[in-house]
Amino acid sequence: MAAPLVLGILVAVTVRAVLYRSSLAGFISERVEVASPLNAWKRVVEGLALLDLGVSPYSGDVFHETPLIIYLFHFLIEYSELVFMITDVLTAVALYLAVQDFNKVVFKKQKLLIELDRYASDVAELIRTPMEMHYIPLKVALFYLLNPYTVMSCVAKSTCAINNTVIAFFILATIKGSTLLSAIFLSIATYQSLYPLTLFAPALLYLLQRQFIPVKLKSKDFWLYTTQYAALYLCSLVVIVCLSFFLLNSWDFIPSVYGFILSVPDLTPNIGLFWYFFAEMFEHFSLFFVCVFQINVFFYTIPLAVKLKEHPIFFLFIQLAIISIFKSYPTVGDVALYMAFLPLWSHLYRCKFFVFDSSHPHPHSPWGTLNSNTTDVYCVTYTLYISLLQILLISDYFYAFLRREYYLTHGLYLTRKDGTEAMLVLK
Amino acid sequence: MAWAVAAVLGLLLLLGSPGGCGGSPGPPRDSLREELLLSPLPSGDIAATFQFRARWDSELHREGVSHYRLFPKALGQLISKYLVRELHLSLTQGFWRTRTWGQPYLQAPAGAELWVWFQDSVTDVDKAWKELSNILSGIFCASLNFIDSTNTVTPTASFKPLGLANVTDHHLLRYAVLPREIVCTENLTPWKKLLPCSSKAGLAVLLKAERLFHTSYHSQAVHIRPICRDASCLSVSWELRQTLTVVFDTFSIGQGKRDWSLFKMFSRTVTEACPLASESKIYVDISSKTQENELLEVTPPPLSVHEASVQGDRRTYAVYDLLSPLLFNVSRSLNVQLKWKRPQDSLDLSTPVLHAQRYVSGYGLQTGEISTLIYNTHPYRAFPVILLETVPWYLRLYVHTLVITTKGKENKPSYIHYQPAQDRRRPHLLEMLIQLPANSVTKITIQFERALLKWTEYTPDPNHGFYVSPSVLSALVPSVLAMKAEDAEKSPLFTSLFPSADGSSYFVRLYTEPLLVNLPTPDFSMPYNVICLTCTVVAVCYGSFYNLLTRTFHVEEPSRGGLAKRLANIIRKVRGVPPL
Repeated sequence: MAAPLVLGILVAVTVRAVLYRSSLAGFISERVEVASPLNAWKRVVEGLALLDLGVSPYSGDVFHETPLIIYLFHFLIEYSELVFMITDVLTAVALYLAVQDFNKVVFKKQKLLIELDRYASDVAELIRTPMEMHYIPLKVALFYLLNPYTVMSCVAKSTCAINNTVIAFFILATIKGSTLLSAIFLSIATYQSLYPLTLFAPALLYLLQRQFIPVKLKSKDFWLYTTQYAALYLCSLVVIVCLSFFLLNSWDFIPSVYGFILSVPDLTPNIGLFWYFFAEMFEHFSLFFVCVFQINVFFYTIPLAVKLKEHPIFFLFIQLAIISIFKSYPTVGDVALYMAFLPLWSHLYRCKFFVFDSSHPHPHSPWGTLNSNTTDVYCVTYTLYISLLQILLISDYFYAFLRREYYLTHGLYLTRKDGTEAMLVLK
Repeated sequence: MAWAVAAVLGLLLLLGSPGGCGGSPGPPRDSLREELLLSPLPSGDIAATFQFRARWDSELHREGVSHYRLFPKALGQLISKYLVRELHLSLTQGFWRTRTWGQPYLQAPAGAELWVWFQDSVTDVDKAWKELSNILSGIFCASLNFIDSTNTVTPTASFKPLGLANVTDHHLLRYAVLPREIVCTENLTPWKKLLPCSSKAGLAVLLKAERLFHTSYHSQAVHIRPICRDASCLSVSWELRQTLTVVFDTFSIGQGKRDWSLFKMFSRTVTEACPLASESKIYVDISSKTQENELLEVTPPPLSVHEASVQGDRRTYAVYDLLSPLLFNVSRSLNVQLKWKRPQDSLDLSTPVLHAQRYVSGYGLQTGEISTLIYNTHPYRAFPVILLETVPWYLRLYVHTLVITTKGKENKPSYIHYQPAQDRRRPHLLEMLIQLPANSVTKITIQFERALLKWTEYTPDPNHGFYVSPSVLSALVPSVLAMKAEDAEKSPLFTSLFPSADGSSYFVRLYTEPLLVNLPTPDFSMPYNVICLTCTVVAVCYGSFYNLLTRTFHVEEPSRGGLAKRLANIIRKVRGVPPL
């Protein structure tokens, strides 16, 4: 299994290296879909230049990266291309190992459930076989490495790639069952961009499942483990934030990074929903709608946790997708991360409602050409279309997943009382 | 008895008269000096500069002053209330074309410019600045109330005090420019009202709005600063200078001929000096006369001729002293006329030693680049220049793209002060000290990104564009000719506004063009549509997830169907089609 992965890595690295040397690199870095005010490379260079001039990078409104990035690139600025290629490779390898481990867990669970006779009798087609699952880790890794969105993100040197790496390591640590590492990587991911806070719930559910602790509110073990995990997470978060303070000896980075993510003052176009909405919003309601839009990202966590407590990794996938669609400054790098998980659920194709295979249109934004009004509207409708497609994709997968679970327990060929073929509806 | 009363009254009168022993000192002395300088410019236009200087030997901050004579009360009260040390306000329409008109005596940027040094006893400088700009807006009928934190900066090196200064903490300085301000009669009238003689006597009778605004360049300014009362400099006097510079286009006033006269320019002539003025003079620059014999002729013939070194050049002025009784002997009014005997060769054009231009380049509405070109035409001397750029926050400058090249090689500035902008709070401030080699062109480029603003932040005509204030170049330019120290009282007033350390260089402050930059605009007609569409997308997600999370799968039971279904089945039976 290692050889095809290594081959895939080599191909991916070659593609990126070729693109770095071509003239497309400059063109791609300017695209608003790839570089947002939060993670554009131009702004990282600007922050480092400000630091050289003796001005704090957070005194202006151009630099919104965490001090960790300053520290990292202060030494590695010369090798930036290499850094981004290595992060992509690391993400792919981490996802590969994670999915490999996860498949083993899934298979074991499936075997247990079959032996316990939990499944209906005629669901042989839906049972997953090791043959079918053999190539999934490779597919996941290649899906991430060769996804045009990832390649574009890497060529534009968007720091979204670094965020993706941290999240991939977090997923690997969670699946391997290490509480400490999982908490540490989750805290780094939350520190980088606030939204991975919501990934605490699926990680906790998975770790509880691994320790065979049932999720019951009355259970003492449950609360003990939860507080343990939460304490590890919060402590590492506090440690990282305090370390960042010591880098520049000020707390300026908190309003500059987290205040910026939450209050959305910069209305540069991107593939998200926030910018045009707040460009056209009356001042009076601005605060209200900022709160509503931010809550929208976080509040799906609890209901999803209740519904998907048996399937925490699918929950993780849905949560990642919700973050990518509804965060304040999304880019295609975020989309690429959750799209890498799609091969994991390819067995759901039978139960799907819509058929979305290569559902994303090619990036073609007229932004940046002469006339502002009409292209603006075109840009906005394109943005809304992309978001809508992503939402339909995710809800489609969710629907298919739930339907498959129903089939597994109730049988594939359902008949009504009078013997005719039955239809399944959501009621 | 009567003589006793008379004696007592006489005694009282004697004691009560001013100047009596032990009485309070008299009111502080003040003096007014007015002058008009007419200079033909190399391109054939005429520049007329009026200067009215009121000097008041009083310490405005210490004593409770209530008796104002020549110094206007409105400004005096302002200075004492807001503890102002220096105030410079200018309102300008048009742009001084340095390359064709030569170096200006006092240049001002297009629009309104206000810079103020406060005393160090001021606790809240920003509050004082805000109130001061609002009051000045009322006094001069200009929209100076638009000066707020988004266009105010605190330069560190460019605007040093022009008057007496013992403390130069630059946190007491505030500078703001409003490039969009327009100057009109409404601004001229209150400016004229501050003059002691108003527009009734003296040189101010020439200030008629319908002629003054028929010009290529109109700039009116007010400069208030403290100066030494005498050579020992033990006490402070306050000086108020009001200057007005206009440039007349000879083609519109002279009908094609290059001769001009006071009547042709101002449609008025001077009849008397201001009675309150201690000096009232008209200077005509006749430097061209001495170079070529009898190139031009000035009538009436001047009573005296004055030579001075101005801006590194030897200039000759014909002086008309309005207070001298000989002037009005022949006719009651004075109409200075200048006739050109021979057509002037344009070879007379001497390029100024320092001039600059600025422009925006780039395409599209996403990014752009500001380029400034600074020319040093001195044949062998290099000198440094301080460049101050104030860029509004919505043009995000990237200082790592700042490139300065001279003659193809990189030129590193010896001092950079950069203060990045904060969105909706303060603008970018970039100050650099750049060395200009002799006979060179220096190009300074910096890239920026255009921001999308909230739709309420656009001006009513957003496609007009947004103005970027002119950048300021301050330099001590080495003079081509050596200058000797002039007697301050005799020479024209403008020579004493800027400090000059020695005769070998003179201070120049230049302004570049303001820039007009287009920003991307949202569609202003669509707020409701946008809100609806975005909320629809969010609702689609919310709805799908709500369904999936709260409902479970059930096998559908065939229902008998509602009324509609039964009706449909009846129609189908009639048609012969299988029922639903």
